Amino acid sequence: MTKLLLLGDEAIAQGALDAGLSGAYGYPGTPSTEIVEYVQRAEEAGKRNVHRTWSANEKTAMEEALGMSYAGKRVIVTMKHVGLNVAADPYMNSALTGANGGIIVAVADDPSMHSSQNEQDSRYYAKFALLPALEPSNQQEAYEMPFLAYELSEKYHLPVMMRITTRLAHSRAGVIRKESITENSIQKPENPDQFMLLPAFARKKYNHLLSIQEDLMKESENSPFNKYTDGKDKSLGIIACGLAYNYVMENYAGISPHPILKICQYPLPRKQIEKIVSECDRILVVEEGMPLVEEMLKGFLENPKIIGRLDGTLPRAGELNPKIVRKALNLPELESMPQPETVTGRPPALCVGCPHADSYKALNEAMKEFGKCHVFSDIGCYTLGYLPPYKAIDTCVDMGASISMAIGAADAGWFPAVAAIGDSTFGHSGITPLLDAVLCKANIVVIILDNDITAMTGMQYSQVNGRIEQICMGIGVEKEHIRVINPLSRHHEENVKVFKEEIAYNGVSVVIPRRPCIHVYGKKKRI
Amino acid sequence: MKKDIILAGVGGQGILSIAAIIGQAAIESGLNLKQAEVHGMSQRGGDVQSHLRISDQEIFSDLIPQGGADLIISVEPMEALRYKPYLVGNGWLITNTVTFKNIPNYPNEEKLLQDVKAIKNLIAFDANKVAKDIGAARSMNMVMLGAASAYLDIPYEKLENGIRTIFGRKGEEIVQANLKAMKAGRYAAEECLS
Repeated sequence: MTKLLLLGDEAIAQGALDAGLSGAYGYPGTPSTEIVEYVQRAEEAGKRNVHRTWSANEKTAMEEALGMSYAGKRVIVTMKHVGLNVAADPYMNSALTGANGGIIVAVADDPSMHSSQNEQDSRYYAKFALLPALEPSNQQEAYEMPFLAYELSEKYHLPVMMRITTRLAHSRAGVIRKESITENSIQKPENPDQFMLLPAFARKKYNHLLSIQEDLMKESENSPFNKYTDGKDKSLGIIACGLAYNYVMENYAGISPHPILKICQYPLPRKQIEKIVSECDRILVVEEGMPLVEEMLKGFLENPKIIGRLDGTLPRAGELNPKIVRKALNLPELESMPQPETVTGRPPALCVGCPHADSYKALNEAMKEFGKCHVFSDIGCYTLGYLPPYKAIDTCVDMGASISMAIGAADAGWFPAVAAIGDSTFGHSGITPLLDAVLCKANIVVIILDNDITAMTGMQYSQVNGRIEQICMGIGVEKEHIRVINPLSRHHEENVKVFKEEIAYNGVSVVIPRRPCIHVYGKKKRI
Repeated sequence: MKKDIILAGVGGQGILSIAAIIGQAAIESGLNLKQAEVHGMSQRGGDVQSHLRISDQEIFSDLIPQGGADLIISVEPMEALRYKPYLVGNGWLITNTVTFKNIPNYPNEEKLLQDVKAIKNLIAFDANKVAKDIGAARSMNMVMLGAASAYLDIPYEKLENGIRTIFGRKGEEIVQANLKAMKAGRYAAEECLS
């Protein structure tokens, strides 16, 4: 059978499609974006009319997915790790409502923060919510796991998390497909109160969730993805989670001399953990992301037998790789040549001709008299405006924080307080803080950098496309203080003037520099 | 058979197309493959790399260990050197010599090329010129693929099929330009060594 060459992300998407998917929801975010994009491209998804357009943010995506599950169909919702913070409210509560049609919550974590503002580990959320999680170690497992995830989800009426990290999300390998399952038909929940979380119902549901934890653990003990392989040398036992398993096996060329427990399904399988801990002198826990399993095994009283990221055997932060794991396994370092000193860092930068560059040049000139620390910004390509030669912005925290932080600073009397946010980020989480600004008449200038697209994640459709002014007016921003400018060097002087006028205005102003991303016309706009 | 290859360049220079074609050819040859690539922020003009592993055995890690790469294929000389720690002692470096300067502190070019020449098994030439000379200026990446084609342990025809598969939907003209560029790269590499 021919193998499909798929990224880890794409393997999840193909697996979900073959396991009877009816809808894919999500908001773009590296490294999760390619899951929904794959469904959007898949011919079969078009034929079956699988829902596959982007949502405004991760919270709406999660709730839309919950709605599709309510109607009995199988659904996947995708996001990056910090997106799960946005979707945390529905995710946590979905543990109590549970699922009707199977739900996969696919979350891609980014250890080492290649394209992110932190490296939080989504497995903590699954544990927090008392929900099962699957963590593939390779692309074939990423493909096969959706089948099991939907089975578990419908058996226990619970959402199931699939956690993946950057390296697997963006690594390709050949994948062998399984026989497809047809989609569920519409089927209302058996119990009409299932999704009703009035306190009296919620208490019962929470007790039920607690009561099935043992069953979920048994599922992990019997999971085809959790594998115990014995080894002769019991001076060390290795517990390796997800992708980390590969780095161990790479260093042992496929045969570990020590017992090794590969964990790809949570909650942790008690039986296998007890076996390896009782049989081996020391236990090395190798996991990608934060030391979740290690912390659980080590405990507050710090069992010295457990080693890993917490005692420095592995680095506390950052992504693993074969070299780091090799050192932890006490194997001799591979010989390698040093990097020549001539090699210089090459950080990402705004592209030549980028509209944001012209916007920032004009803004900088208008802001010159005020000095630094006045421009609150947000998440997107335009965050690169922090770097020289622009040095135009001062903060980057989370989606939408530019506007909210500017409000807080203005409330404190800080002047001027300027927010710089992209069009797609504005749609994601900028509208509600702008409503706050209007309601409290905050003295802020909101710059909505409209490049017609969600650029950083690879040219996805922006939800507010063509309706930014309408949204601002609808919220109550005064029409004469919604100013659209064209960020081109030949309009520089007039753009500086617009910025200056709106900074001088005491109230909420919105300036919209509008020019398409230079890549928009190079690529076909996606769904 | 095992080939561990680092592909290096700057975001937008087309190394992912090289990876996709080798990947396609490897799968068609019935080999196992893992290919880790960089998406996201770095694609905006930052350094990008792809770890491409091909083997007839099971491949575990998606990343090549430092000191384990048989080959570095680079479309830019400084990016080639960035991954020198990955190269095995007798590994090959196959690189374009044309610099891509999008940073203010780009190193001295002469010194940089000296560092490139310090690598024993080396094929280095002006791939931009080769591409331009055959009228396919935008296919410099395929010139570099051609230059590396003799070192991949994959039949040349499979790589040609890879180009047809990957660029097929862009039309026959683009396919032909890329096939021509790959061939020119192969010749250029042979000339380098003769």
